[in-house]
Amino acid sequence: MSKQQIDVIELACERDERELFSAVSFCLQAGEVLQVAGPNGAGKTSLLRILAGLMPATAGDIHFAKKSILAGSGREHWRRNLLYIGHAPAVKAALTAEENLSWLCALTQPVGREVIWQALGQVGLRGFEDVPCRQLSAGQQRRVALARLYLPGAPIWILDEPFTALDQAGVLTLEQHIMAFAASGGRVVLTTHHSLAHVAGVRRLELGRVS
Amino acid sequence: MRQIIWLLFQREWQLAWRRPGDLLNPLIFFAIVITLFPLAVGPEPQLLQRMASGIIWVAALLATLLSLDGLFRSDFEDGSLEQWVLSPHPLTLLVLVKVLHHWLMCGLLLVLLAPVLGLMLALPWSVMPTLCITLLLGTAVLSLLGAIGAALTVGLKGSGSMLLALLILPLYIPVLILGTGAMDAALQGLPVLGYLLWLGCLALLALSLAPLAIAAGLRISVSE
Repeated sequence: MSKQQIDVIELACERDERELFSAVSFCLQAGEVLQVAGPNGAGKTSLLRILAGLMPATAGDIHFAKKSILAGSGREHWRRNLLYIGHAPAVKAALTAEENLSWLCALTQPVGREVIWQALGQVGLRGFEDVPCRQLSAGQQRRVALARLYLPGAPIWILDEPFTALDQAGVLTLEQHIMAFAASGGRVVLTTHHSLAHVAGVRRLELGRVS
Repeated sequence: MRQIIWLLFQREWQLAWRRPGDLLNPLIFFAIVITLFPLAVGPEPQLLQRMASGIIWVAALLATLLSLDGLFRSDFEDGSLEQWVLSPHPLTLLVLVKVLHHWLMCGLLLVLLAPVLGLMLALPWSVMPTLCITLLLGTAVLSLLGAIGAALTVGLKGSGSMLLALLILPLYIPVLILGTGAMDAALQGLPVLGYLLWLGCLALLALSLAPLAIAAGLRISVSE
């Protein structure tokens, strides 16, 4: 069993005095992909934001490498290992794809221009490196954000609706990339309404079911 | 550490340069308010000179407040702030660079514009250095304090700017009093050093404490 295991223990979340979910527990080993599923408003995004450390949980705890990530040095360690792409993809409309990507990388670990161009090529944006993102389509803007997944970096990904606005070929490539990442020892937690049933090895966590 | 400061500065510069409207609006507001006063109250130099420091300071204060409303808005809406919060770099440092950049763009331009507009209000050349130095120190305090309010209200839709004004204006009053006090003293030929030292103290205090409050405010806004 890996020492760097992620344990989510009896997590609960309330918003505006309404309980979204409670007693959510799971553990995630290296190489596992977890799909958080559930109807709209079930708290999928909230769970991901709590997991990323952006939102406080009402109850429960999250451990990474035996340390709570909600406070102290455990949180620092967690952030260094984490890549979070939220619902809003942090792509600035006024900046070009390359500028966006190089800044987002600089926030964790700066990378060279060559590497960024290569990553943009891998998401099908070759030739769009110098185009301001406002001139790109919604799908292309999403691809700019997803290009971060093709850069060397964090071993844990938290992705909120990564397939939004992607075309079929894009969805397929991303699925393959996520599975390849998991196969190399990475961990992924993602939400999507898109069915991942045909992809082998994806665990599912259902939220919002009446029990 | 130095690299991230430089990169952030570069990014803010590119963003400001590609949306010049955000930068120019407060300046245009500042210029328009001051230009309208002589037209409204009449052209007598004594009257204008008596009111000049008050007009310039109130206009600078409101122009700064106007420019601060959008300081974090676009970063909040497109998810950039989430990435800042999650970054291993200290959020206090990132916001300090962002606010200082904003002050360099907005405050410094106000300072450069002020003597020209001061002439229009019949201010003598001898008080221009005092005007520029008080505005330079004063706008730094205004930007840093205002950013605290902007960080707290960034998540509110619609009523954010009203609440920002209510929250922050009381904190602006000491700066306003010191700034206009220095100008009055300069106009009467009295020493102004005391006022300038006070403003300098406020600027240092804001510089050292405001980033902590701004970062805490942004964390709260992002976690909502």
